[in-house]
Formats: sequence, C-alpha cells, structure tokens
Amino acid sequence: METGTRQNTEHIDVSYVAHLARLHLADSEIQVFQKQLDHILQHVHMLTHLDVDHVEPTAHAMPVENAYREDDIRPCLSHDEVMDNAPNGRGGLFIVPKIIE
Amino acid sequence: MKYKVSIGLETHVQLKTRSKIWCGCPNRFGQPANTDICPVCLGYPGALPSLNREAVRLTVVTGLMLGSTINRRSKFDRKSYFYPDMPKNYQISQYDEPFCTGGHLNINVNGGSKRVEITRIHLEEDVGKSIHFEQSSGVDFNRAGTPLMEIVSEPELESPDEAFAYLTALKQVLLYGDISEGNLEEGNIRCDINCSLRPMDSDVLGSKIEIKNMNTFRGVHRSLVYEIKRQIGILDNGGVIQQETRRWDDDSGLTSIMRTKEHAHDYRYFPEPDLMPIVLTSEEIDAMRSAIPELPADRRNRFAVEYGLPEYDAGILTSDRDLADFYEAAAKISGNYKAVSNWIMTDMLHYLSEEGIGIDKIKITPEALAELVDLVVQNTINMPAAKKIFRILLESGGKPTAIMEDKGLAQISDSDSIDVFVEEALSSHPSSVADYRSGKKAALQFLVGQVMRLSKGKANPRAAMESLKRRLDSGDPGN
Ligand SMILES: [Zn+2]
Repeated sequence: METGTRQNTEHIDVSYVAHLARLHLADSEIQVFQKQLDHILQHVHMLTHLDVDHVEPTAHAMPVENAYREDDIRPCLSHDEVMDNAPNGRGGLFIVPKIIE
Repeated sequence: MKYKVSIGLETHVQLKTRSKIWCGCPNRFGQPANTDICPVCLGYPGALPSLNREAVRLTVVTGLMLGSTINRRSKFDRKSYFYPDMPKNYQISQYDEPFCTGGHLNINVNGGSKRVEITRIHLEEDVGKSIHFEQSSGVDFNRAGTPLMEIVSEPELESPDEAFAYLTALKQVLLYGDISEGNLEEGNIRCDINCSLRPMDSDVLGSKIEIKNMNTFRGVHRSLVYEIKRQIGILDNGGVIQQETRRWDDDSGLTSIMRTKEHAHDYRYFPEPDLMPIVLTSEEIDAMRSAIPELPADRRNRFAVEYGLPEYDAGILTSDRDLADFYEAAAKISGNYKAVSNWIMTDMLHYLSEEGIGIDKIKITPEALAELVDLVVQNTINMPAAKKIFRILLESGGKPTAIMEDKGLAQISDSDSIDVFVEEALSSHPSSVADYRSGKKAALQFLVGQVMRLSKGKANPRAAMESLKRRLDSGDPGN
C-alpha cells in the first residue's frame, strides 16, 4: 500500500492539484481559483479557533454505522443497455484511447 | 560485496462471495464482457455503494487466522485513480482505519520455519480489465467491484525462495478458511513486490523497487531472482539504485521500468462519504473466531503428534484441507494411523495426479479405506489383493468386503487348504526339495511362489512358508 501525503496547510497549490486531477487550466484560471480557494480555506480555518478537544473526529454528519447489504445477487443491466451510452464499443468492450501505464 | 535482501509483498485476494462488494452483480469469472455490471459497477452519477456483509466477514476471518488485531472501528476511503478501468476515477479502499492490523504467517523454507510479520489487511474493490489493441484499449467491467482483500507483509522476506514459501503458505490459509477460490489462472491471487538491497553491514534500507501485478508464484520467484541480480550488478559497479516501479515480462524474463519516484502517485486519500464506518463488537469478533478452522501449520503439528506420522507425511496430508479431512476421518475409524497414511500417500495421491482430479472428486470413502486396512490387518486379504480392491474403490467406490467376495480375493489361511497346495508344490518340484535339504535355502522362496501360483495368489504367504518349512525340516516329504 502506498500512502498518499495529506497536506495540512492553509494553502492549496492549484496548479499541482489540477495536474493530479488531469485538469488543464490556463494561467488566468489558476490565479482566479487560487484566490477563491485561499478564501475558502481561510473560512474553514475559523474552526481552529473552536475548542474541539472533546469532539470525536468524524467523516459523516449522521451517526450511522454498519450499513450492510446481505450477500445476495440482484439483476444486472442488460449488455445492450450498458453499451447504449458508450461512444465507442467493439466485441462487447468499451473502446477507449490507448491506455499507457 | 555481500548484500542483505529485504522483500515485502502486497497480496491482493479476490474474496469468495456470491455478489460484488458494493452491488448485487454476481462475483464470478469467465462471463461475456460487460454482462455482469450495473450502474454501481460503472460509477454512474448518483449510484451508491452498499457494503456486502460477507466481504467484511471474510476479511476479519483472514485477520483472525493470521493473528491480526481486529480493529473495532474501520472506515473506507477514496483513492484517486485515473485509468479507464475504474470509471469513478477513484477506487474505494481503506487508508488509515483498515479492518486488521498486525499478524503473522509461519512459512517453511529449506527445511526450516520462519515467522513473517503482517503489517495490515484491508478491503477494497477490484477494477475492470483492460485489453490493449494497436490504436486503442478495450475495457471489460465484469471484474470491477469484486471484493479485493489486500494483505501487506513487512519487508522481512530475504530471498525469492522465502517469497515463494510465503505465498504458498498464505494460499493454504486462504483455502483452509474458504476465503477465496485461490485460482491463480483466474487472477484470484495477485501481488505487488517490493524489494531492496543493502550492504550486509548497513542498517539503512536501500531504495525500494516495486514490481507490479504479478499473477503467478513462479513469476514472483523468477522476477526476484532477476531483480536481485540486476541490483547487485548496479551496486557492485558503484551505481545507485533509483526508487522506481518496474514491470515483469514473463516471456523475456526481464523487468523494465514503469515509472520513477518523480512520477509517484499522490493518491489524495479522503474518507468515503457514501459508506458509513464499521464498528465490530467483541461478541461479533468472538463469534467469527469460534468459527475459524484449524490452521494448516497447527494441523500438521497435531497430525505428527497425535497420529505419530513423520513430519513429511503430516505436511503432505495437511497441504489440502479436504485431503486432511479425509485422512483424519479414515484414521479415526481405523485406528491404524500409519497404514491409512500409507494408502493415501502412495496409491491414492498417485491416482489423483494420474487422473488430474482433486480429492473432492474421488469415489472411495474414508469408511471404505478404514475397512480395507482392517481386512489386511486381520489377514483376510493379502497385499496384492488389497491393491486390486483399492484400485476398484478409487475407480468405482463400493465396500471392500463386498468387492473381495465378488472377486474371490479372500486370502486362504486355514492350514488344511494351504496344505493341499503345499503338498502339490513339493511333489511337483523334487529337485527344489533336494536343493533345500542340501543347504540351498533360497529354494524355499521358489516353493512359496509355487504355492501362491497354485492358489491363484490367494494363499497367505506366511502360512504357506511355515507349512513348507515344517515339512522340509522334519524330513517328512511329500515325495
Ligand atoms: Zn454492479
């Protein structure tokens, strides 16, 4: 398992994140988004002024746990339905630009 | 220079569930492309994952079998992933709160045994399969959403042999626990290797080379032999190993570079908002613990002690859970542990490999084997007759006593019947009688052979020999 780095900073490097997300942004766009994201982070940063020592960290707003599904088979989509939205298909496969690893 | 090799393995195991991990599509192999899929498998906007309870149970049971700590609280995370075989552009995996932490696996290598530490076990989803063409690639999503368990070892393996032994032992545990089909041809077990070298006198780990996507144990062994040699070549010439990811080509027997550290992925893990955390109670964990089967290594040791078997035999008999169950059932009925083991170790395993079938397809029952052993011990049949009956049992099943009666294979042991054959043998071969009496004791074996021939193999050879000797030594000839 490779671990990703998690940045704990008040700054988001927009051009780096755009690169990770395969987004091609113009320099002017990077400037706009950089400013906007800095504002948002500043706003979120207000949370650090609160005393959260006695609050459990959570990733969810709802106190729900263990939402399981039983291991039962349900119907799939038909192959024709599946391929309906595909711009390009051949031999039952979705055809995509050549994948280079 | 001498180097110390450190190998760690990340093993991906497809779990044996009926349905996929997030949806009710069937989890199976070999269907026509893109037929076992739904909006969840395809990552359609708005489609939500729903966690398969059985996938969690199998992961926790694996952790219990490997002595891991089962975490009371676990959660799923998204890992950014930009390949067309994963249409969501992220893979749901576990980052900082996996189901299992720690654990170990005992491996047997070169006659010794070694304990290998496990780092963690987590659950994630498999991705689709891509097929590469000249100008484009094709994607089949049938595999997408197969529950995939990742078992991460510490970098404690020190040779290709140890890596091979680790995978062999791990597969055995997975089969014992009924965790996975364990079919390598179908990609049920795949692994990523990391391997680094450092001078013997150094404590600092060398640069880590990763070899991705291995799907045979033999390939793992071969690629490591190659990779270690390659790295030694570089280091001995004063070179430096770059941290990089390589791929193995089984046909050419070479590894080649996929990407260097500068291109290493920044996965940007974050908590999966569509799945709730999992909290396991100690009652649930205890219930799963009570249901885990005896581990292969424990069973091997127990067979050696309880049934007095040599280590080697115990190892073979416990290499497969069904085989071990068969042996144990027959041994318990018969009480003659060694004889039961001998029949299985020789004739039965030979037959299985000859026919290319598994123990589950065999016709003989443990009861029949125990009965056959009993017939031999009681001197009701001799060994050649027992072999004939065993062959029939393997091919068609049935009851040994019934087959013996049907084929007239019962051994003749009563002295009156034996004496008839003995007298005939003596009177037909006066020269052998004379030879014996003049000191050529080998003539006795010939005469026993004659008794066996006259009785069509049914005489008890020991009774025949005793009767012959008595007459020859007493000078009370039949001639
Ligand atoms: Zn599905």
